[in-house]
Amino acid sequence: MTSNAADRPLAIEARGLVKRFDGFTAVDGVDISVPEGSIYGILGPNGAGKTTTLRMLLGIIDPDEGIRRVLGHDRPHEIAHTIGYLPEERGLYPSMKAYEAIGFLGALRGLPLAEGRRRGKQLLEENGLGYAIDRQIRQLSKGMAQQVQLLGTLVHEPKLVVFDEPFSGLDALNQGKLERMIRALAAKGTTVIFSTHVIAHAERLCDEVAIIAGGKVPFAGPVDVARDRIRPQVRLETREQDGVWRNALPTDARHEGRHWYFSLPETGIEPLLRALIEGEAGILSLSIERAGLHDAFVAIAGEAAARALEAEPEEAE
Amino acid sequence: MSTAPVNGRLSRLAAAYVIARRDFTAILFSRSFIFFLLGPLFMIGLMSLAGGIGQQVRQNASRPELGVAMAPADAAAMVKAQRVLAQQIGASMPTLVVIREIKPGEVFDPVAEMKSNRANLAAIVTGTLERPVLTGPDGRIADWQGRVGLLAAHALGRGPTVFPPVTLAGIATSTADQTSGQRSTAQIGQMVLFMLMTILAGMVLSNLVEEKGNKIIEVLAAAIPMDAVFMGKLFAMLAVSMVGIAVWGLAGSALWFGLGNGVTNYPAPAIGWPMFLALGVIYFAMGYLLLGSIFLAIGSLATTVREVQTLSMPVTVLQLLNFLFANFAVAMPGTWVEKLAMAVPFSSPFAMLAYGAQHAELWPHAVAVWWQLLWVALLVRAGAALFKKRVMQSGPAGTEKKRGLLQRFRAA
Repeated sequence: MTSNAADRPLAIEARGLVKRFDGFTAVDGVDISVPEGSIYGILGPNGAGKTTTLRMLLGIIDPDEGIRRVLGHDRPHEIAHTIGYLPEERGLYPSMKAYEAIGFLGALRGLPLAEGRRRGKQLLEENGLGYAIDRQIRQLSKGMAQQVQLLGTLVHEPKLVVFDEPFSGLDALNQGKLERMIRALAAKGTTVIFSTHVIAHAERLCDEVAIIAGGKVPFAGPVDVARDRIRPQVRLETREQDGVWRNALPTDARHEGRHWYFSLPETGIEPLLRALIEGEAGILSLSIERAGLHDAFVAIAGEAAARALEAEPEEAE
Repeated sequence: MSTAPVNGRLSRLAAAYVIARRDFTAILFSRSFIFFLLGPLFMIGLMSLAGGIGQQVRQNASRPELGVAMAPADAAAMVKAQRVLAQQIGASMPTLVVIREIKPGEVFDPVAEMKSNRANLAAIVTGTLERPVLTGPDGRIADWQGRVGLLAAHALGRGPTVFPPVTLAGIATSTADQTSGQRSTAQIGQMVLFMLMTILAGMVLSNLVEEKGNKIIEVLAAAIPMDAVFMGKLFAMLAVSMVGIAVWGLAGSALWFGLGNGVTNYPAPAIGWPMFLALGVIYFAMGYLLLGSIFLAIGSLATTVREVQTLSMPVTVLQLLNFLFANFAVAMPGTWVEKLAMAVPFSSPFAMLAYGAQHAELWPHAVAVWWQLLWVALLVRAGAALFKKRVMQSGPAGTEKKRGLLQRFRAA
């Protein structure tokens, strides 16, 4: 994960993006600021407006309202040669050979075809797919074809890479490989923005996230800030089950036997500890855990959005 | 990986070229294209074969076979005279077949011979060289009377032994004939144009649907403007069509000229054959681009082959109406009907080709080509806008497949 993202200039800036389809508002006033060289996640359930937002940022569709600036340009197609995009629905020409497909994707981004093909062969070799160089896409497995398309997305060495649900359909091994690739890109200064409905990916990779639900973005900013939206969680185990010390626990504390769960009181942990010791609760264990992104998501986007997120099929996590 | 980036921003034209290059090579080297080429070649072959057989039949029909039943010397003299005169008179000189050499005192009944149908003869010549008798069906034998007399005279040695050279002094056809001939050329030209456009424009539609099936369209739309994608596809298909036309044209011409036909058999267009053919290519390109841009716009909305078929039918019918309108206008030169046919973008290529057959001026073609190109650009932009507006939806609104085509058009 990279640091000091807030100090960098913006690779993407979107203000008040709105997109309507037949009276249905798919995206409703989205604001996003993606610092250069950061890893940025757009987190939300299916139908939340993630893909539509990305498509607007890339110029595939135009917003009905709002402004977008990508690498300093209002019209993303003008700087298409500096952008790489992997859509959620992967697609390549079945009759093309693997290296030709990569070359073609590079040519679409302004790379000379011969150079793109040369790089394609090189990338395939470097990524352990050398045996597939001369194979047609139709002869490759779905996972391998996805990897070819991923390499095609990066062949022209873009400054900004946009992935729409990049982990979808990948096995655990390839998910790990992709995570490493995303980190390596950011380490080189490439801005990476991806959408996902799997919180764990966003939590592991992202400097900043935009939480999107129902076409709106209730939170956009650093992951730490999102987590800090909810108070740290306290887990307490006591030897005694009852006593005056219980009055010191927050009223909404849950307990299962001698285990207690509650949010850290605003007064901090010290007054509580004192009360527990003086009341001879017999502290067996006590931990204070910072809230995870999942808890933050529930707190920010609401239970319904979280349930929708959880209802979606998890890939090979 | 490599080195410094060597890619730069693609112009709209360069972007269209990337698409066109991919499509062109992919289609040209596909197996289906070979079958696509062969289909019409079979048709051309069959038509030429049928034409050749027909011509042979016509030639045979116009050169009747007459039987000869005369004394051996007379029969031989008649056959010899036929050979000499056939060189001068050609196909109109009947062929002679000696069916019987009559010996002195022998009786031969030509009527019985004709009725017996033993040989397929038009008539039978009997008697002597001085007094030949022609026996055959009433109403037909009068046609051959003079030629049989000529043969007999030549066989007797009374005909000319030297044929003086004859200088030809032709006269131009009448204005009415010329106008009528050029009208035929115009209409045949329109028909060929229509057939080629109808056969080839559908390829654009199926190509785009295939693209959507491959799901690569979003990758294209993200990298380059949609109108450049459309232009690339249109021009790739145009180039593929030109290859097809070149192959069919060469094969057809080889067969046509190989069978002894010539272009001079047809009335020359007012603008001359070379320019007329060049205009044919240009107006095919224009008509193809116009029809193709409509197909592309529609194809971008269709999701299945079935939808493509449903959508292409009304467009093809409309194209047929445009063709019929332009064809009708040929018969009304100088009227508002002709001018309207030239102005309506979809009938304009047909009408202008016909104009080229009937008028020698070139400047109206320059105007028409610009006009048609303008409409191609407009339609491509409209198609791209429709695509961006209607196709790239996702999430709950992306219920595109469940909505009817009519609803999609209405919504657009």
